[in-house]
Amino acid sequence: MAYNWDWGVFLQPTASGDDTYLGWMIYGFKMTIGLSLAAWVLALLIGALVGVLRTVPNKWLSGIATAWVELFRNIPLLVQLFLWYFVLPELLPESLGNAYKQSNPVVQQFLAALLCLALFTSARVAEQVRSGIHSLPPGQKNAGLAMGFTLPQTYRFVLLPMAFRIVVPPLTSEFLNIFKNSAVCSTIGLLELAAQGRQLVDYTAQPYESFIAVTLAYLIINVVVMFGMRWVEARVRVPGYIGGK
Amino acid sequence: MNKTCTRFAVTALTAALLAAPAFAQETGTLKKIKDTGTISLGHRESSIPFSYYDDKQQVIGYSHEMMLKAVEAVKAELKLAKLDVRLMPVTSANRITLVQNGSVDLECGSTTNNLERQKQVAFSDTIFIIGTRLMTKKTSGINDFPDLAGKNVVTTAGTTSERLLRKMNEEKQMKMNVISAKDHGEAFLTLETGRAVAFMMDDALLFGEMAKAKKPGDWTVVGTPQSFEAYGCMMRKDDPAFKKVVDAALAKAMTSGEAEKIYQKWFQQPIPPKGLNLGFPLSDAMKALYKAPNDKAFD
Repeated sequence: MAYNWDWGVFLQPTASGDDTYLGWMIYGFKMTIGLSLAAWVLALLIGALVGVLRTVPNKWLSGIATAWVELFRNIPLLVQLFLWYFVLPELLPESLGNAYKQSNPVVQQFLAALLCLALFTSARVAEQVRSGIHSLPPGQKNAGLAMGFTLPQTYRFVLLPMAFRIVVPPLTSEFLNIFKNSAVCSTIGLLELAAQGRQLVDYTAQPYESFIAVTLAYLIINVVVMFGMRWVEARVRVPGYIGGK
Repeated sequence: MNKTCTRFAVTALTAALLAAPAFAQETGTLKKIKDTGTISLGHRESSIPFSYYDDKQQVIGYSHEMMLKAVEAVKAELKLAKLDVRLMPVTSANRITLVQNGSVDLECGSTTNNLERQKQVAFSDTIFIIGTRLMTKKTSGINDFPDLAGKNVVTTAGTTSERLLRKMNEEKQMKMNVISAKDHGEAFLTLETGRAVAFMMDDALLFGEMAKAKKPGDWTVVGTPQSFEAYGCMMRKDDPAFKKVVDAALAKAMTSGEAEKIYQKWFQQPIPPKGLNLGFPLSDAMKALYKAPNDKAFD
């Protein structure tokens, strides 16, 4: 295959003259990290709450939590993104919707992407948390209640401290996934890492250099997350219990 | 070395040299097409009226018909009784790679021939010349590019318009918010839903998007063209034999008046999907092109 390699392309000024192509990649890198971390924090909070609610005895609460999980888990990520970005503003009252649509597009794209990723991932986190709670022997909950703890106290002091430790490894996968899923947001024009990579291809006609750079950037993110989570796992493990020594 | 051996070597060498030109015409893409009996064509999905799907998901359009002219020529050149055509949809972002890696042998859609792309791929004779302009709502009050200052403007990612728009924004400090949509369809959706006040793109494509709009009469194309661009068919670089066949077929279509008929069919008569007539007159640049086909880029 006749291909004209040119790694120097990253240092060239961009066609619009505002930056170098490397600058674009760094902007995309920051956008991916900012978006994914923000979405991850939201997903953890919502997911933990929903996951706990799925295991409580109250039928209404667990029903709502189940509906939440099934809704956000079963609609494809891309469809959810389009719903947040294209459909939601149309449902607002017209004047408000128009004002929103005329606002800064990056803010609009970021908000839609954030909501989409956070809620999609929250459903998955909720399932991990639920499975963590269910993996504990039922005796633990009964023991907590027998000790005179209320149900919330039993969750807080007996069940959740163990359940969260158990689900650290599957949560690591979700954490890695959220970075990779964020690439979907390039479809609404958010200039994150994947979008910048594609843009570089368009502007420089050097697809291989661009995609290799993007791949390496994702690899760096994932390696950092993986080692970070391994460190967390080691830090929080309980000696003599699951995963402990 | 004895005499017989030398003579043998000379004979072999002469034979090889004589045989070489006979094989030379079928190397690269032509050889691949002959060996496999298949030609792989790249097309667009929503570049109206150049290359797009009609309501039966068939690929149609001006560029597509021009491409089929080239396919006929390839078939005749290789003296093939049967040539299978494999159609592959491409996007602005992947088309160059797909041509380079051999997935696509020839791509005619709405691809601008420019010098950067020429480093990676080769272009056939130009099949169309466009100007980059703006589409906006008739009631928007936008008449030309300076009116866009401080507004949201959409364009399609990976196009020359995107480049020009960002450059203009930077140089003239216009404080526009440039939205880069994935494809022309999505860019127009952004305009139609009021996210942007104007859509900058190749004029012919803007007319094409208008043809798809819910109310075509609400929209208009305005503004001084910011650039002229030559659309060509893309193929692999350094394959002069294949390029020669394609160029000859396109040039023949243009000089014989066939191309003008195809032009009338797609730009001056009702076209699918809505039966709208784009009413896009043949420009002077296009007339000159049809008289003297060439493969020159504008930048």
